[in-house]
Amino acid sequence: MLILTCPCCGVTSEETEFHAGGEAHLTRFGPESSDAEFEGYLFMRENPKGVHFERWRHVYGCGKWFHAARCTTTLEIFGTYTAQTTEPPQEIRDIIARKRPGWSWRAFS
Amino acid sequence: MSRAVTALDGATSTDGIATITEVALQGMITLRGDLASAGIKKAAKTVASVDVPGAGQANCSDDRGICWMSPDELLVLCPYDEVDASLDKIRSTIGSDHALAVDVSDARAVFRVSGAGARDVLAKLVPVDLKPQAFAGGMFRRTRMAQVPVAFWLHEEDVFQIVCFRSHARYVFDLLKVAAQPGSAVDFF
Repeated sequence: MLILTCPCCGVTSEETEFHAGGEAHLTRFGPESSDAEFEGYLFMRENPKGVHFERWRHVYGCGKWFHAARCTTTLEIFGTYTAQTTEPPQEIRDIIARKRPGWSWRAFS
Repeated sequence: MSRAVTALDGATSTDGIATITEVALQGMITLRGDLASAGIKKAAKTVASVDVPGAGQANCSDDRGICWMSPDELLVLCPYDEVDASLDKIRSTIGSDHALAVDVSDARAVFRVSGAGARDVLAKLVPVDLKPQAFAGGMFRRTRMAQVPVAFWLHEEDVFQIVCFRSHARYVFDLLKVAAQPGSAVDFF
């Protein structure tokens, strides 16, 4: 079971108090975009064994969205951070680099 | 004017390891906005006559108080018959600050779980560390109780006050009643 800490209200709880919101840091392609871009935005997802970034919502608590970095094999949470960002903050990347040297996820590493 | 009643008309269960009571009508006002703004702080304070609590905290005494619901939301408690007057007071105090104040008294139900087994009963139902050192007086927690959202705080020693949606009142009461049934003490705390 995942133990997440909501960065908005500071509560640490297990995953049933939260709701998963899918892959993080997607770039939205809407009208005017090419078919390939739209398909990528709509369907193409990472399925990593290891480091992964996701959106979560503290649905039974403060109700806010946030991001979580976790490991899909060990269920370790590397950290949670604000939803108001388009890429993982440097301190989260540093934590992951210490624990999983040489990691990469999409364009991030 | 119709007679206002609580969801379960004051249902009580006393034969278990903790006493469960539906609390009489409680005035509740949701106040949303920038909690750092002086106007919003002052508005909540004038109605509840207590200070605005910090994150994850509640300041409550009797039927007045302020609970910290989220980074932009407070739950202001006041006597049920003073809600309209309190709302007027809040709105005039806030002035031009962007905020939302709504009467939610009739949208909620409030329960009290009391007695030596109160922590046991609640710990069976919520994914929260309820050790006395971990959940002390003054703390406020919104979480999941079985399948519905609730919020609770320690009103006084061994007395928890639980707020849930009114439509969930029967479900929450029955849950608490089953969790408190005689002979089900865990004595973990």
